[in-house]
Amino acid sequence: MSDDQPKKVALIASQGSLDWAYPPFILGSAAASMDMEVQIFFTFYGLPLLKKDLSGLGISPHTNPAMPMKMPFGPEGFQKINWKIPNIVSSNVPFFDAFATSMMKKTFAKHGVATIEELREACQELDVKFVACQMTMDVFGFTRDEFIDGVEYGGAATFLEFAAEADISMFL
Amino acid sequence: MTDHTHELDARGLNCPMPVIKTKKALAPLQSGDVLKVISTDPGSVPDMAALARRTGNEIIEQTESNGEYIFYFKKN
Repeated sequence: MSDDQPKKVALIASQGSLDWAYPPFILGSAAASMDMEVQIFFTFYGLPLLKKDLSGLGISPHTNPAMPMKMPFGPEGFQKINWKIPNIVSSNVPFFDAFATSMMKKTFAKHGVATIEELREACQELDVKFVACQMTMDVFGFTRDEFIDGVEYGGAATFLEFAAEADISMFL
Repeated sequence: MTDHTHELDARGLNCPMPVIKTKKALAPLQSGDVLKVISTDPGSVPDMAALARRTGNEIIEQTESNGEYIFYFKKN
């Protein structure tokens, strides 16, 4: 043990797209594996990450020029092509986001990256504390029975009390 | 090869799974037990070292061959 007191990690999960669902669960599970005490505060668009059913998680590559658009199948040369999809296409082709989401899931799986469900489960097994923002739940109309078991509920002060004692704080 | 009592196959897994699975595999072990971990993730080389430093479970031997990284963790 490097210290007597465990390090504390306070994370805010504010994004709910499939790609941005990764950072809080990756950092949370890794920190807990390293004997750190972790709390993740889910607020605004991060709230859906607590839903029992995560099948609705997706990506929308539209107007995101940094997102590589590569195919997870086919010959090596084909897989290396970064398809520059014009916004006029990504905004008008039906089910474009569903297709892009499916490609991202396949790409992640091919590279041995765990699913969001697996990482969330790992967090819970490692005693990462999940706190849902009550205010944004009310605003967006989420109910507690939509969320997985083991979630606690609170507001800004709940997060800040923990964050005040934290060694690492991140807004994701 | 170092004598070991337990083994974890983390081949094919990517960050942060090798670290998480190593932590879980170490949890039930007795102090002094040695866990062998096999990984294919090059990122696990610095990550396992960081895990060892933070948790106090020392890596007593480490080898690499044919894209496989092998770590021997001694449970503290």
